[in-house]
Amino acid sequence: MGLESDSLSGGFHDPVFQGQAVFRLVMDAMARPGTLQTVTDDTGAPSPLGIAAGAIALTLLDHDTPVWLSVRLQKSALPGWLSFHTGAPPAPEKAEARFAFIEAGAPLPSFGLFSAGTQEYPDRSVTLIIEIASFEGTTPLKLTGPGIAGGRIVHPSGLPDGFLRQWAENHVLFPRGVDVVLTAGDRFLCLPRTTRISAGAL
Amino acid sequence: MSDLAAYNFAYLDEQTKRMIRRAILKAIAIPGYQVPFASREMPMPYGWGTGGVQVTAAIIGPADVLKVIDQGADDTTNAVSIRAFFAKVANVAVTTHTDEATIIQTRHRIPEKVLKEGQVLVYQVPIPEPLRYLEPRETETRTMHALSEYGLMHVKLYEDIAINGHIATTYAYPVKVAGRYVMDPSPIPKFDNPKMHMSEALQLFGAGREKRIYAVPPFTEVVSLDFEDHPFEVQTFDKPCALCGAENVYLDEVILDDRGGRMFVCSDTDHCEERRACGCVGELGVKEAAE
Repeated sequence: MGLESDSLSGGFHDPVFQGQAVFRLVMDAMARPGTLQTVTDDTGAPSPLGIAAGAIALTLLDHDTPVWLSVRLQKSALPGWLSFHTGAPPAPEKAEARFAFIEAGAPLPSFGLFSAGTQEYPDRSVTLIIEIASFEGTTPLKLTGPGIAGGRIVHPSGLPDGFLRQWAENHVLFPRGVDVVLTAGDRFLCLPRTTRISAGAL
Repeated sequence: MSDLAAYNFAYLDEQTKRMIRRAILKAIAIPGYQVPFASREMPMPYGWGTGGVQVTAAIIGPADVLKVIDQGADDTTNAVSIRAFFAKVANVAVTTHTDEATIIQTRHRIPEKVLKEGQVLVYQVPIPEPLRYLEPRETETRTMHALSEYGLMHVKLYEDIAINGHIATTYAYPVKVAGRYVMDPSPIPKFDNPKMHMSEALQLFGAGREKRIYAVPPFTEVVSLDFEDHPFEVQTFDKPCALCGAENVYLDEVILDDRGGRMFVCSDTDHCEERRACGCVGELGVKEAAE
């Protein structure tokens, strides 16, 4: 199949109910940072976008949400697929994007290049969807903050270089800041800007 | 062919739902901050819970069980009509039992039963801006939130004390969420404020006319504003519920006759019915007939 037919395949076969189901997963994940959610339906998003990232794109993107893609995603069939299924316009600049997708292993752009909202309107900020290798890594990270009773341990593997440093800087900006969804295949977890990440066990 | 107009599941179109869903996610990420959203016209007037209805419509799915309360009661006009609305346009299961519900839409009460993980409480909000009666200009209140400048609210509470000797605000009592935003908890009695603190349930707030959505994630600090020498206190009642004998619950006054007769009963009808079904009887209650 060529790039063109890749763009037209897949998508939700039942947009109303699948969109609602995926949104509830995202809402629960955002309300309880660090809890792993699993997307059950493959939406046929073009490689290298993962199953979870593809479903989240179909659920939240439309013509109101400029989207920025990392270089490799930009060169894949994804721009056409997103355009056909969601109508989301490509964001020429990172700062204009409401959503940004970054595939596994790609260098992490500086969070500062994306919109963190303003002090008056902190909601006008980007949501970054970052693919990582897996959630079964060896290094435990402790999450604390709203939505978490005490602390929650996650084991992400393949976090981009500099992620933890950038996340710490992001947290200082509160209430401004970017929100992150980490995806690995069909699984994902959310990191709202309120979440603090520290090394180590509980 | 059905002679009824066909609506999308849960009434709203999908683009509207996506817009509301994006607002909800940002609201959760910034606890207590009011996210502007493009509120739609609903088939009920503003002031009848259009904000809460839009939030519920955006999150509800076929597997959900919906409960709707109006001042704690499942059987008053607003609750009955909104429950019927969703039973019709979303064909979802509805209940009056707090512990069976996955989504509870509420007008101005929090159920007495402690909410659990997996439940979502959706508040109907008339005026989302806690500073609005102190500062009418949106541009100013927005700057005050941006600068975390909440002195005016403390002056208001101080004036309460100066005039009345105590903080006379009894409902819509301002709270600070996660140590940052001062938030209007909607006009719930201040009796319910402590239930918001570290609640296991996700709390979403929708204001339709004012076009704002805000949220308190689970396990989030919600502190009622007060002073060291005038700490926050909730209402207390002299007598237990007249029907079920419950103590430490919020009671409504019911006038019985034109000679000053009155009784106080649970505002949360589900809580009261459940207690009576278990054999609890208050001083004016009647023992449930044995089946």
